[in-house]
This record gives sequence, C-alpha cells and structure tokens, in this order.
Amino acid sequence: MKVCDIVQKLNLIVFGGNEGINNPITGGYTSDLLSDVMGNVNENEVWITLQTHKNIMAIASLKEVAAIILVKGLAPSEAALEQSNEEGIPLLGTPLEAFEISGQLYDLIKKANE
Amino acid sequence: MHIHTVLSPCGSLSMSPTTIVEKAKQAGINILGITDHNSMRQCQVVREIGAKAGIMVLSGVEITTHEEAHCLAFFEKTEDQQAFQEYLDIQLPNIQNDTNRFGHQVWVDEMENILGEEERLLLSALSDGVDQIAAEVKKRNGIFIAAHIDRPSFSIISQLGFITPDIPFDALEISVNCQWDKLISKHPYLNKYNIFTSSDAHLPELIGTSTSTIECEALTFDEVQKAIRGEAGRSIKPEKMNIASLDSKNLDTKKISILKK
Repeated sequence: MKVCDIVQKLNLIVFGGNEGINNPITGGYTSDLLSDVMGNVNENEVWITLQTHKNIMAIASLKEVAAIILVKGLAPSEAALEQSNEEGIPLLGTPLEAFEISGQLYDLIKKANE
Repeated sequence: MHIHTVLSPCGSLSMSPTTIVEKAKQAGINILGITDHNSMRQCQVVREIGAKAGIMVLSGVEITTHEEAHCLAFFEKTEDQQAFQEYLDIQLPNIQNDTNRFGHQVWVDEMENILGEEERLLLSALSDGVDQIAAEVKKRNGIFIAAHIDRPSFSIISQLGFITPDIPFDALEISVNCQWDKLISKHPYLNKYNIFTSSDAHLPELIGTSTSTIECEALTFDEVQKAIRGEAGRSIKPEKMNIASLDSKNLDTKKISILKK
C-alpha cells in the first residue's frame, strides 16, 4: 500500500509533501509526545498526531516515516508545511479524531496484508 | 524562580503570599519568581509583601502551550503584565474547574482574604503554540524560560522531542531530580543554553529546596534579565555547581540559596 492509496480511501487532505505521495506504507503509529515518537515510530509507518509544530517534520524525516496525518481538522503550522514540501514527506489531514482514523487505517493495512 | 501559590489548583491552600515570603526569608532567598499556571493574578500581592521583607519578587506565569510544554515568563512593567494577563484570558479554553478534583483557584490579599476565584481550569493548554507564545512574551520585553526540561511530561523536550534554536529561550530550567549527565548526552546542544534549577514548590516546606545563584550588579529586573540571558558578565547557575558535572545527587541533597554578589 502507498500513501496515495490511503489518501483516496480515507478521504485525506494533502497539505504538502506531494513528492512522497508514492511512499510505501507498512504500518502506523499514533502519539502526540514527540519524544515518544522519536523512540518508537518505525520507517515507512504513518504517524497520526494532533501536534502541528514544525518539529513533527524533523522527526518524520529523521525516522523516515511514510506520511503524517493531522487529526481533528488541524492545519499544520506554516513552518511545518514548508518543511514537508522540502523533505517530500506528505503532510495529510482529516476531520476525524485520532481514535477513529487510527482504527480505519489499521483495518486498511490489515486487509491489504491478508 | 518557579513557585506556585494558592491560585494554582495544584498549589497548596497554605501557599499564601505571606507564607511564601516568610519561608523565602527563612531560606535566605533574595529573588523569588511567582509562576502559577496560566494566570498572574496573585503576583502583585506577593510582590508588595516581598518588597517589605526585602525580597525581590518577579511577576511571572507558568504557561501551558498548545503542545502542553510548560514555559515560564516574567514581566517587569505593570502594563506588560496586564496585557499578558489579557492574552492569557483570551487563550485559556472555557473548561470549568472542578474544585473537588483539581482544587481551588483563588487569589488572596496579605491577610489571606479571598480577592477572587478563577472559574476556568488553569491547567488547560492555551490555544497558541510555543512559537506564538514566545513572540507574545518577547513583544513585552519578557523573560522566557523552558520549564523542567528533563521531566518526562509537560516539558518542551517530552512534547516536541528536542529544542530548536529558533525558540528564543533566555534560559532552561531543570528539575530537582534532573540527571544532567544523561540529559546532556542525549541532547548535547543544551550546552549552549543557560541552565538553572528551582524548587517548583507547591508546598511551603519546599520553598528553597532547590535554588540558583544569580550574579548581577543590582536587584533590578534588567539586571536579573541579563543574568538569566548570561549577558555582560552576569550569570545564573545552580549554586556551587559546575553545570558540566551536575548530577542528581548534588541537586537532591544540597539546599542552596540565591545570593547577590
């Protein structure tokens, strides 16, 4: 599965980082503590968070995540958006809460692996 | 530099302005920072009582940013304090305080008469993030400090992973239990910042249990600000400790006081 697949199936907004829209996805991680994400998110996972500070892009880049999904209709900070485009890591959005989008993404990945 | 009063829901009801100043006096403290959560409404009374006792009280606040990172801010001028209080009032979400669960949020006078009560929960996060809040503080010539950066919750490092140099922190505060060696090996860039410690006291008996030395020429806001920024030969540091060799043992056992050079 690729980032563009989940954008379509989960009806996500693409804020930036279009260059990485074909990044492969192997799983997901949901957390708002960046110190925790730094230690626990894996390469090629989708990271679900409500944090919009530009540090999310630095961590996404460091950990080589596939994409970030911002929840609850939150928009990224300008600096985060800029970095998303620079790094080519898609910054996505959904009006749903973290619980719901995590569940939907989990189902999608599970089905794809069956 | 980081003391809560009766106004903080988590601050003991015994943390009245008079008690705080008395305890600070006993502990030999010369400079005291009042920092309740997201409100500065108790500062003025402590400042007045402190002045009578010969203690300089800095009017401040412990801000919860949108990211839930705690930051300290201090202001010199009354109009700047008022303007920042208005900003806090706009930013604080309208979530009611449950006094049974969180405690009372009252501010009092010298005789401990209640002057007012904050209805909204002061522990909530403001709607602005740390970058916007830093700009609001700097606009009013405030001192801006990242609080207890070593703590696993409510610290800029726990919430945002690391500290980017573009956030204009004048200094960073470490907690009483900080394991400095561990922290600095994980975040070597912290060497570039001025580091100090304070008690973060919520109870009277904890005032003075962890303090720092400020070296400056006079007890004025301007001088203290320079010291916190490490400008013009002024400095702030945990007393009698070289920051490079700070460890938790030192911080736990030493009772140190703020001294004027």
